[in-house]
Amino acid sequence: MDSRLRGNDIIMRFWNPIIISYKNLMATKLRSFLTILGVVIGVASVIIIMAVGRSAQALIIDQIQGVGSNLIAVLPGASNEDGPPASVFGIAVTTLTYDDLQAIRNSRRLPEIEDGAGYVSGSVSISYRDSSVNASLTGTTASYLNVEDSEIGKGRFFTEEENLNLSRVAVLGNQVAKDVFGDGNPINQRIEIGDQNFQVIGVFEERGSSAFGAQSQDDSIFIPLKTAQKNILGINHLGFIRLKVKSPDLIDSAKAGTVTILRDRHNIKDPTKDDFSVRDQASALETITTVTNALRYFLLAIGSISLIVGGVGIMNIMLIAVSQRIREVGLRKAVGAKNEDILYQFIIESATVSFVGGVIGIIFGVLISLIIALIGQALGYEWPLLISPVSILIAVVISIGVGILFGSYPARKASKISPMEALRYE
Amino acid sequence: MSNLIKTKNLCKTYVNGEVKTNAVCGVSFEIEKGEFVAIMGPSGSGKSTLMQMLGFLDRPTEGDYFFEDRNVVGFSDDELAKIRNEEVGFIFQSFNLLPRTTVFENVELPLLYFKNRISKKETERRVFEALKAVMMEHRVYHYTNQLSGGEKQRVAIARALVNNPELVFADEPTGNLDSKSGLQVMKILQQLNDSGKTIILVTHENYTSQHAKRLLKMQDGVLVSDEVIKNRLIADGESGLIK
Repeated sequence: MDSRLRGNDIIMRFWNPIIISYKNLMATKLRSFLTILGVVIGVASVIIIMAVGRSAQALIIDQIQGVGSNLIAVLPGASNEDGPPASVFGIAVTTLTYDDLQAIRNSRRLPEIEDGAGYVSGSVSISYRDSSVNASLTGTTASYLNVEDSEIGKGRFFTEEENLNLSRVAVLGNQVAKDVFGDGNPINQRIEIGDQNFQVIGVFEERGSSAFGAQSQDDSIFIPLKTAQKNILGINHLGFIRLKVKSPDLIDSAKAGTVTILRDRHNIKDPTKDDFSVRDQASALETITTVTNALRYFLLAIGSISLIVGGVGIMNIMLIAVSQRIREVGLRKAVGAKNEDILYQFIIESATVSFVGGVIGIIFGVLISLIIALIGQALGYEWPLLISPVSILIAVVISIGVGILFGSYPARKASKISPMEALRYE
Repeated sequence: MSNLIKTKNLCKTYVNGEVKTNAVCGVSFEIEKGEFVAIMGPSGSGKSTLMQMLGFLDRPTEGDYFFEDRNVVGFSDDELAKIRNEEVGFIFQSFNLLPRTTVFENVELPLLYFKNRISKKETERRVFEALKAVMMEHRVYHYTNQLSGGEKQRVAIARALVNNPELVFADEPTGNLDSKSGLQVMKILQQLNDSGKTIILVTHENYTSQHAKRLLKMQDGVLVSDEVIKNRLIADGESGLIK
């Protein structure tokens, strides 16, 4: 026997049962359709859940990164890495100052830092002529524009001299400008913040809201940091500092350098007594990724249940098929089929059913994921369509696996039937 | 010359709860190559059970069964399947053709389970040869549900011949056929016997059994007579008459 024929043998060993199962499936179309449907729903839901989960995760991470992945935040008050800083709970911590900011910006030991900005915030009412509007107030340094990558639409941003001179100038967020001035030109108009006169020198471009953390620039009014501290809020400390690092891979060394400088300035020897905390996006991203991953796997587990239900459907149908085709089994055995021949025939048959269901399920799963992505995009989200080839491969393997797993019991049952009893069966 | 089949005290006992039933008991006989043996008896006489044991479809509970001098009583399922596949052909009362398949696919079935698979060309040659022997070569690619009863049984005979067996079992082969088709089938069996094949025919009809050369009569699970048939009937399938 030559090897070519042996190769043929292996192909035929699988090909014959596939042809046989195709014929049997076509003979009972509705039943086959319903069996396959169970697998289709299972596989499709797994693919949809995996795709939607990944897309939602990508959307969330993208939003966080949109805030700036090369930013470090320095917050007053100690906190461990995972918990929120004290200031979140409304406790005013006064340990961070403008001099700290200047020390970090000007330090020769921190070449990684490109720029930094200090922030204080409050809530104020803005009056123009007879109308007044409530807005959030941000006092910041001239470096704000560079650190936050913001752009001025009209006029200009204030300078560092204006900050140091406690100038009463204001830059309006896009929405605030519309609320106060309508369609009019705000530049060089005088407004009242609290009971003090300010000159409007600029208006920001519209920026849109970011999903996490930072309050919207559009709804805020910006004045020089020192002016806000002395004239409006009556404080000396900073709410927080943001540092812009030259590139994301320098974040860790920039954080370490910042910590060293601040401990030095605050005379802290024991790291557990830190009166500040340094954060970056990476730790937030890590937390979010952990949470969203957990959600994804949870959803995947639910999707897998429908796949198991589909498998039970296959088992049910195969058991019926075995008892309906008991005479066929008897005949095949009478003409020389061994027990394992019958076993393979039925296993391949159920694997074929689940494979076909798997392929159709993949097609539906991809289509529905695509539709969900299109709807998401139509609603204005940057919803990416993320279907990994790996998830499709897994779906195919799992669907065949389900067929083999749930088909093996009926197949074993069929293979054990004695030929004599099978032929006698009416 | 050695015997093809030799049985010694062959028994088959069914146990159903407390009740033991002897379907076949203490049956001993020998069959030589080239014989045409009819096993006859009323229903319940144990003739079908005997045939199933002789045909390697079932194992005896007692006794010995020598096939070509091998005692097959201790053979495994796979070994029995191999003998059925290579050395035996079966013809059943209800044809047992696979539904939704063609004549060709039915006839080739035993060849699919050959241990050493034969080429596609050789498979085709054998299927056509077997169909020619039963005059069904004009229906090769018809579906089996398009055939008449007589045609179905001839296809089943072709399936029994395709592996070129030494021994052919026919279990009530004319039972579901009209008399003309039945005679055609008997004619083919006689022709096969003339060409050297050993035939074992199981029937409850005296008339059908008279086509064989030797008659074993069963009653209540026991062999009651073993005689040579004198003036055996010769079937002429073309005219439906008996010469």
